[in-house]
Amino acid sequence: MLGYSITQWLFGILSFLAIMFALMVVFTRNPVNSVLYLVMTFFCIAGHYLLLNAQFLAVVHIVVYAGAIMVLFLFVIMLMNLNEETEQQKTLVTKMIAGLIGGVLLAVMVGTLKGAEQMQLAQGGASQIGMVKVLGVVLFKDFLFPFEIASVLLLGAMVGAIMLGKKEIKS
Amino acid sequence: MINTIPINYYIFLSAVLFIIGAVGVMARRNAIIIFMCIELMLNAVNLLLVSFSTLHNDPSGQVFVFFIMAVAAAEVAVGLAILSVAYRNIKSVDIDLLSKLKN
Repeated sequence: MLGYSITQWLFGILSFLAIMFALMVVFTRNPVNSVLYLVMTFFCIAGHYLLLNAQFLAVVHIVVYAGAIMVLFLFVIMLMNLNEETEQQKTLVTKMIAGLIGGVLLAVMVGTLKGAEQMQLAQGGASQIGMVKVLGVVLFKDFLFPFEIASVLLLGAMVGAIMLGKKEIKS
Repeated sequence: MINTIPINYYIFLSAVLFIIGAVGVMARRNAIIIFMCIELMLNAVNLLLVSFSTLHNDPSGQVFVFFIMAVAAAEVAVGLAILSVAYRNIKSVDIDLLSKLKN
C-alpha cells in the first residue's frame, strides 16, 4: 500500500488521532467533552503500546486510565456541575503567550533531536518482553523494594484523600 | 516481514504530546483541566519509556511505566480531593481565584 507497511500505516493513523484528540482536550470549552477527548487520547496511546509489543501495559493502561482515573475526573466534574457557562477563560494575550512558549519549546526539541541517530525499532516480531510473565519476573526480582514503596504511597494517598474529603467535625 | 518504525518518530510524537500538555497547563484556568493536561504529559513520557524499552529489548522500561501509573493514580486522588475541598469553600475551581490559597 503506497510503499508503507501496515505497521507504518497504523502508526501514522494512531499518532494523528492522538495529537488531534490531545489538541481537542486543550481547546474544548466544556470540561466533560475535554475528559472524553482525553479518554480517546488514552485509547490511541494504548494502540501505540500494542504496536510496541507491550500488550500487558496496553491493557493496564486502558483499565487504570480510561477505567479508573478518568471516571474519577468525570465524577468530580459532574459533582461540581462544571459546564461551558461556568468555564472562565484566560485572556487572549495569555493564550497567545502560552502558544508561543509551546512553539518555542517544540522548535528547541525538534532542533535538538533532528540530528539524532536513526535507530529502527524491530516490531511485530516474536518479542516477549511485553508479556505478563516477563514483566512479573522483573517486577518481583529487580524492583521488589520500589514495588513495596509504591504500595505504601498508594495507602498514604488513600488516607490523605479520605482525610481531605470528609467533612470537618465541629468540636 | 519486518515492520520497522524509527525511534525518532516516537520521540517526536512524545515531544508533541508533552508540549500540548504544557500549553494546556499554561492556557487554561480550570484546575481540573490542568490536572488532565498533566496526565497527558505523564502519558507522553510513558510512551517514550515503552518505545525505548522495545528498542533495547529491556523490560525495565515497562516496569517504570507501572510505577508512573501508580504515582499518577495517587496524585490524582489527592489532587482531586484538594480541589473538591477548595470548591466547597469558594465554589469555584478557577486557579486565578485559588492563587491565594487563604480565602
